[in-house]
Formats: sequence, C-alpha cells, structure tokens
Amino acid sequence: MLKTRIIPCLDVKDGRVVKGINFVDLVDAGDPVEQAKVYDVQGADELCFLDITASSDNRNIILDVVKKTANQCFMPLTVGGGVRSLADIRSLLLAGADKVGINTSAISSPELIKEGANKFGSQCIVVAIDAKKVKDKWMVYSHGGRKETGLDAVEWAKFVVEKGAGELLLTSMDRDGTGNGFDLDLLKEITSKVTVPVIASGGVGTLDHLVEGVEKGGASAVLAASIFHFGKFKIKDARKAMTDAGLNTRL
Amino acid sequence: MRVGIIDYGSGNIRSVFKSFEKAASLVSPKIHIKVIDNIKELNELEKIVLPGVGAFADCMKGLEKQPGLIEMLTKKVLEENKAFLGICVGMQLLANYSKEYGHTEGLAWIDGEVTSIKTTDSSIKIPHMGWNSISFGCSHSLLKEIKKNEDFYFVHSYQFNVKDNDFVLAKTHYGRDITSIVLKNNILGTQFHPEKSQIAGIQFIKNFLEWTP
Repeated sequence: MLKTRIIPCLDVKDGRVVKGINFVDLVDAGDPVEQAKVYDVQGADELCFLDITASSDNRNIILDVVKKTANQCFMPLTVGGGVRSLADIRSLLLAGADKVGINTSAISSPELIKEGANKFGSQCIVVAIDAKKVKDKWMVYSHGGRKETGLDAVEWAKFVVEKGAGELLLTSMDRDGTGNGFDLDLLKEITSKVTVPVIASGGVGTLDHLVEGVEKGGASAVLAASIFHFGKFKIKDARKAMTDAGLNTRL
Repeated sequence: MRVGIIDYGSGNIRSVFKSFEKAASLVSPKIHIKVIDNIKELNELEKIVLPGVGAFADCMKGLEKQPGLIEMLTKKVLEENKAFLGICVGMQLLANYSKEYGHTEGLAWIDGEVTSIKTTDSSIKIPHMGWNSISFGCSHSLLKEIKKNEDFYFVHSYQFNVKDNDFVLAKTHYGRDITSIVLKNNILGTQFHPEKSQIAGIQFIKNFLEWTP
C-alpha cells in the first residue's frame, strides 16, 4: 500500500531557513543543514528545499548549502529556486537533489519542463505552482509570489502535466503561513484533473489540516513548514494523527 | 573490496554514493566505494552498482555511448559472476526490452519485459511515487533485518514483468503487483531506491555489501 507522504519544507533565504505569512514578513527559523538533520532523524518521508529569492534576485541557487543539506538526508530531496536550464538541473542532481522544482522558469520557458523530463525523467521534474484567488479563479504567480502571470492555475496545472511534469507542488498564497488550513477547493479542483501526484502546500496550522488535505483535497503528499520548524509538532505526531484518521502512513 | 557505482550520465549518483559510503562504514573499513566512469576501473571491481534515473532508452543510450562498457559489464557479471545491483531503471535494463517510448532492447540478463504501470483506475496516480511496502515469502541474506512489509521509496512509471517467477524475490502492490526485487544468481535489482529509503535502505545496501552470491 502506498503511503501518504509528510514533507517538511525549508524555505531558504540568504542561507537561512525563514518562514513568512502570505510569502512576506519573513522570520528566521534556523540553519537548513541542522534542520535537515533533525528531519532525517524524525523520519520525514521527503524533504523540500526552496531557495525562495533566487528568481527575484535573478541569481543561481546556493549550491554549497544544497550540498551540505543533501549530505544530511537519506530521504528524497526536492530542491527548487532559480532553476533555468538543463545544466542547472544537472548541477542540483550532482549536489544531491533527487527531484528539482521549477516554477518561474516553467512559466517563461515551458519547454524546460519537456526537455527536463526527457533528459532526467518525469519523476525528477516537480512543477511548483503558487496560486492566489482572484475573483472566482485561482491565478498563477511567479518570482516567489511577486509577479502575476495571468495564467489560470487549473489550466496551467493540466498544461505542465502534459509537458511532462511528474509531480505538482501546489501552494495557496492566500493560506501560506496563516495556519488556517489548505485551500481545499483549489486542491480538489487540481487533484481531480491531473494524473500525477500533487503535494498540498500552504496553510497548515493543525494536524487535522494535514488529514483534510488528503481526505478532502485528494493530495498524495502534504507539505508544512512552521508547524515543524518551531517544534509545535514532530513528524511522528503528524503521522499518528493521519493514521488515527484512517490514512496510510509509514512506520 | 572495491565497489563501483557506474556513472553513465544518469541521475542521482551523489545520493547513491553517499548511502553506499554510509552503509560501508557500518560493515568494514576495507570496503572502498567509487564512482566509475571508465572501463579500466570497472575491470578492478568486486561489486558493481548500476543506478538509473530517467527514461529507459536514454539510460541504454548512455551505456552504449561509452565504447566497450556493455561488453565489460557483461563479462564481469555473466562470466566472472561479480555481484551486481541495478537500481530502478538500472534494474529494468536487465530485461529483454522496454515499451517505454517505443521499443528499446535491454541487456537481456533476466528474461522479461518492461511495461507501463498505467491502469484505468484514475485514483492510481502515475508515477508511482513515495513509500510503499514490499512483501516476500522466503528468507534470504539480502533481506536480513528487513521486516515483512517494510516500506521503501519508489518512483517510477514502468515495471519489470519477469518471465520466470522464481527470480522475483519481493513484490509490491500498486493497483497491481509490481516486481520490487529481482534476483538471479549474482544479479540483483530493485525497483525501489535503497539510497533514498533511510534506515531500511541502508540496511539493504549493507546486506548487498556483505552478500556472497
């Protein structure tokens, strides 16, 4: 039986883990290398490392920090932020990433998804979508949530899967950092329309929220940051809550 | 003992290297793990690891690109009976052929074909990605200290249908039965990624390092 994955996420800025609310007001949450070590010991199912200002600063990802973080993980590691070319993907894989998250570049050059999938396999290409509700639709934002793209999130999700994305990391900007729970309508809308696994992200404040993301939202994996970073909950607490709710988890 | 991980341009070599080093440190200081990209060094190995991330045809092309590599691998594994481990696509390459993006011939060391895991059930998301349990009937030194139904990390869209069931050491269920460990004499393959499977994965690699086929 396939298990629902619980994924802590390290949002990294200037080499430090940070956490914001609605993508701004960032608070320091520690050293990524130390955090990775903690999550490996706790038995997280995967780890996500996002260099959240690489695109907006127009620079490449901090490879040395990725490498040091990867050295602490014997679990799958997804790395994203400022990925612009096949060479960028290759250098992240060589630094120890297993999957690469593409967001801004997928929007400016969707062919990168296809080329990446052909070269490294679909399973390696995670397209990250930052979505925000505008009137009655969800719209896609790029550059770490700073630029509106005019793309409809549901249509965009279907498009990137056709191009070869092996997984989607779907973040609700409205919910991110609020602790009010996932945007379940957005999640359901997208999980019901794509064939690939979707990681739900943005808004987790309680363990019940994780359960909802899977039961009501149809997510294959749930991602959270603050509830784990600041020690409110451990991975095993999340696992227990999900198992108690009848979901399949590991250990 | 020299253990070599073949680098043929495919995927997460660093992850594989790291986990083998960790496992080796638990077994013996005499085990040397190396990433190999030339035939000369391949000739000196006691154990060979073929990782694989990506498309079957692309991986096969990567192997064929280095002149003499497949011949040397074949000699080491089929004639000298060196212990071999293929991971994910590295395992699928053992088959006669794959139907991923057309038809591509494999190494044909273990009879069988590689086909899509797609089903009509829309709740079965493709790729098969995440932690799933393996089930096995018999005991084997390669499964030492591995619990029945232990979870390992999978990520793939195609599966290896092994012709002779005797060579299937473990299976995993995902909409259907999938070969998760294949074993024929000195030739071992895993559909899952031991290098990404934390404690159970390190234990499996440790078992491989201690294994005498």
